[in-house]
Amino acid sequence: MNRPLTSDPTDGATLLPGAFARWFATRGWAPRPHQLELLGRVAAGRSVLLIAPTGAGKTLAGFLPSLVDLAGRKPSLPGEAHRGVHTLYISPLKALAVDIERNLAKPVSEMGLQIAMETRTGDTPSHKRQRQKLVPPDILLTTPEQLALLLASKDAERFFAGLKHVVLDELHSLVTSKRGHLLSLGLARLRRFAPELRAIGLSATVAQPEELRRWLVAQDETLPMADLVQVQGGAKPEIRILDSKERVPWAGHSARYSIGELYEAIKAHRTTLLFVNTRSQSELLFQELWRVNEDTLPIALHHGSLDVGQRRRVEKAMETGSLRAIVATSTLDLGIDWGDVDLVVHVGAPKGASRLAQRIGRSNHRLDEPSRAILVPANRFEVLECRAAIEANYLGAQDTPPLADGALDVLAQHVMGMACAEPFHADELFGEITTAEPYARLDRDTFDRVLDFVATGGYALRVYERYARIRQMKDGRWRVSHPRLAQQYRLNVGTIVEAPYLTIRYVKAGGQAARGGPALGKIEEDFLETLSPGDTFLFSGRVLRFVGIRESECLVANAPGQDAKVPYWAGGKFPLSTYLASEVRAMLGDPKRWGALPPQVGEWLQIQQLKSVLPGRDDMLIETFPRGSRHYMVAYPFEGRLAHQTLGMLLTRRLERAGAQPLGFVASDYALAVWGLRDMGEMHRNGKLDFGDLFDEDMLGDDLEDWLAGSWLLKRTFRHCALISGLIEKRHPGKEKTGRQVTVSADLIYDVLRTHDPDHILLRATRADAAYGLLDVRRLGELLSRIRGRIVHKRLEQVSPLAVPIMLEIGKERVQGEAEEALLGEAAQDEMIREAMETK
Amino acid sequence: MNLAVRREETSGEFELAGEACRADIRGALFLVDARVLIVSDLHLEKGAAKARRGHLVPPYDTAATLNLLERSLALFDPRSVICLGDSFDDAGGSSAMPRLFRDRLATLMAGRDWFWIEGNHDPLPPEGLGGDSVRAMAVGGLNFVHHPSAGSVHGEVAGHLHPGARIVRRGRSVRRRCFATDGARMIMPAYGAYTGALNLRDRAFAGMFREDGLVAWALGADRLYRLPASELMPG
Repeated sequence: MNRPLTSDPTDGATLLPGAFARWFATRGWAPRPHQLELLGRVAAGRSVLLIAPTGAGKTLAGFLPSLVDLAGRKPSLPGEAHRGVHTLYISPLKALAVDIERNLAKPVSEMGLQIAMETRTGDTPSHKRQRQKLVPPDILLTTPEQLALLLASKDAERFFAGLKHVVLDELHSLVTSKRGHLLSLGLARLRRFAPELRAIGLSATVAQPEELRRWLVAQDETLPMADLVQVQGGAKPEIRILDSKERVPWAGHSARYSIGELYEAIKAHRTTLLFVNTRSQSELLFQELWRVNEDTLPIALHHGSLDVGQRRRVEKAMETGSLRAIVATSTLDLGIDWGDVDLVVHVGAPKGASRLAQRIGRSNHRLDEPSRAILVPANRFEVLECRAAIEANYLGAQDTPPLADGALDVLAQHVMGMACAEPFHADELFGEITTAEPYARLDRDTFDRVLDFVATGGYALRVYERYARIRQMKDGRWRVSHPRLAQQYRLNVGTIVEAPYLTIRYVKAGGQAARGGPALGKIEEDFLETLSPGDTFLFSGRVLRFVGIRESECLVANAPGQDAKVPYWAGGKFPLSTYLASEVRAMLGDPKRWGALPPQVGEWLQIQQLKSVLPGRDDMLIETFPRGSRHYMVAYPFEGRLAHQTLGMLLTRRLERAGAQPLGFVASDYALAVWGLRDMGEMHRNGKLDFGDLFDEDMLGDDLEDWLAGSWLLKRTFRHCALISGLIEKRHPGKEKTGRQVTVSADLIYDVLRTHDPDHILLRATRADAAYGLLDVRRLGELLSRIRGRIVHKRLEQVSPLAVPIMLEIGKERVQGEAEEALLGEAAQDEMIREAMETK
Repeated sequence: MNLAVRREETSGEFELAGEACRADIRGALFLVDARVLIVSDLHLEKGAAKARRGHLVPPYDTAATLNLLERSLALFDPRSVICLGDSFDDAGGSSAMPRLFRDRLATLMAGRDWFWIEGNHDPLPPEGLGGDSVRAMAVGGLNFVHHPSAGSVHGEVAGHLHPGARIVRRGRSVRRRCFATDGARMIMPAYGAYTGALNLRDRAFAGMFREDGLVAWALGADRLYRLPASELMPG
């Protein structure tokens, strides 16, 4: 930037040109202090992290330095070469990029600025993309995937050479995922093209701002982190738990009991936003609301699987204020402006304090007025969780997950992309990628193995040299060995591996081959796997009957008047956060805090205290009791469903070895129940089974390795790694017809690789993912070390009040992968019985 | 969640067009009286074929398939072996197969009659591997071809389609490769380590089996599961 520095680099007011000051003034506004501070710091050449709650004018703050700089630029002379992109804006959502373009266009035109602004997303037509490359806009609004694609093209350097600013929106949500890893690598490459590049990160409140400040800059101990500009939250939100006259259920996730009271709340407000945790919960809630909607209030539904057209209509209606309520899943989580919402309802527990704060931020987009929110727990444990979340929000506690090291499959994808752009020296690329925060700790040997993987697959059996995808040239640089491979890369770029989706299409009831019925949206293949023809389910607010699958489409018919067989779609998708879990435990162990709970829940805990015991904050309670012909052991670690599931798998193996004859287990966010033929409490008492040994951390050694080897969870994780790293291809529309029998499935590859090349780099990537992802081994490890010496055992004659919720889950849960053989056995056995009983 | 206990492997036993048969969990069929073993769609060197097209999937599939074949041969000790077509994933597969695997295959073939039936992936006889290449052959009351004939036929054993069974139980779907038979004819599961499956309810199988007699012998971890038509789900 050419502008001379004022004495105080944070005094942005002096940097604000007259046109800007007048624009603010004619609106009766004044630039906010953080907007000016950010402007000053960026003008001084610094990268900045802006942490601000929703409604604080974050977007304008992020763009102000660019607008000011562009406004002061000399107009380009006729015949002058086009200048490159000045500012790159990256958002996690396509919709957000479009939204920002709209919001920014207004001040830009009102101030009479000559600034070209354009979006580039997966929806941008190819002629526009071509034109953008020739005539780049001043400000380009795009997504991490599009950035990766731009960087993998041959003219990337020319395109980005003049880049001054990069604005990273919703940074807190990007950095915790593989998308964030890919973005960090892209940022490292941008810094090489434009060494003076300033990064501006926009973020909601996070637990560790230092992590994000480091993330924004090149990793070099001699350089400072990005500056921090922080805006404190406005008025305290008014949050309450629904004080229901109805009975709060012991278990389940539907919150049906609350419908009447929710409807009254909708009637009492202008516009209500109702959040739920899963798609199926949103369908159910929507249908139940319409069942009681006697005034036919305009209530709409919005979730990611609905047809795009339908979603846009709902969004439009929302903008114009013609809706009274909207039921939504996380598709609306991020910073899209929703106008006049004056009440947010959260159905089901929010699972994390930060998530709750984000969602409540959706109401009343003015900092000085308090947001209003109602939490609706679906069961009794969720009451505790909601209570803990409310207190956390008041306390400003944050529980965003810690950042993980960069994933190796993402690195493999990036290496291929860089080879597509231009030939590279391995030393230089290694030097570049280690300036990205997630990869700063990567050792050279691992990098070389990733490089080898990209080139020839990285197999111990070296037979693919002649099929190498990238090759070394005489000067030592690596280049792509065939243009077709660059094409392959472009089709598979990105780190979002969605569960395969099928289009839902209407056919006439009973009609077999009726063609051309309307498409209703998309549905996860995983869900369809659980259906048989004739089953009914809720979608888009209607009850549909599953007719069958034809090619890549799921055919359905209307099933009016029928009850939907509501899918049991495991509770919430998000596991309970570590922070909330520990708050819930603290609340359980402290009777003084029960006063804040609804009476029926307080009573539940009192009876528990009478009949059994309530564990202290750092203790883990184990109850054992007989019921029916079985013996139960219920443990209450409160560490989230994923960690509990892993724990359950490992415990049953150990119990098997100890001779306790376990038969099965079920896990929830709060507890774990194991049942078997022998009395585990009795075994513990007479020294045949020591609970301390049973829950010893050594289970994370051999037992974990043994189980992992064949686990379907690991297979699923491997599939993601294989797709992201480019080992196998994503499924593309129109290509599905090649069918299962032709493609080599990731499962088969996994089996073969595990047996023949167990140290392969992709298996290492898979295990690293599993530790954080579906298996949550990291959290299980923390749990085991926390409870060492702190297990409280209570032997009971019968089930305790605290155990009831988990006992009710038994038999309701979807059977997991390990039980496939048992299911086949059942299917075959029925046949045997039928055969034996047949009389003809 | 229930725990499965591992047991010794057991094979399935049944009659096909009057011939006593046994089948193993890897997908091999054994004619008890003639002591003939049949395997279909080995797709050897499929990994290498993929690599030639830019997908560097692990090159261990041939070794894995040969391991399976060794176990099936040890279990039944057949006098003759019929490979029911698509033994190699592409026409160049046999000549490009590394020495190591050629030698292992030669060891398995030694002392047995070995028949390669031509498939669509490998229309030419495999190069330098021995054995007899034929379009089709007959043993006892059974005919062996790669492509299944349309309509109902008696005594035909074919491959090509890679049949798989899908059941839905307790909210979960399970898919396995399977032998498909109605007692009169059979379509064999694909045997190779990288071979997937096509649902038996797919249109490709239409009209081939008597519905009331259709049984899928699904390949399990240690046994075969006899699944009746009523259990077989489309999709």
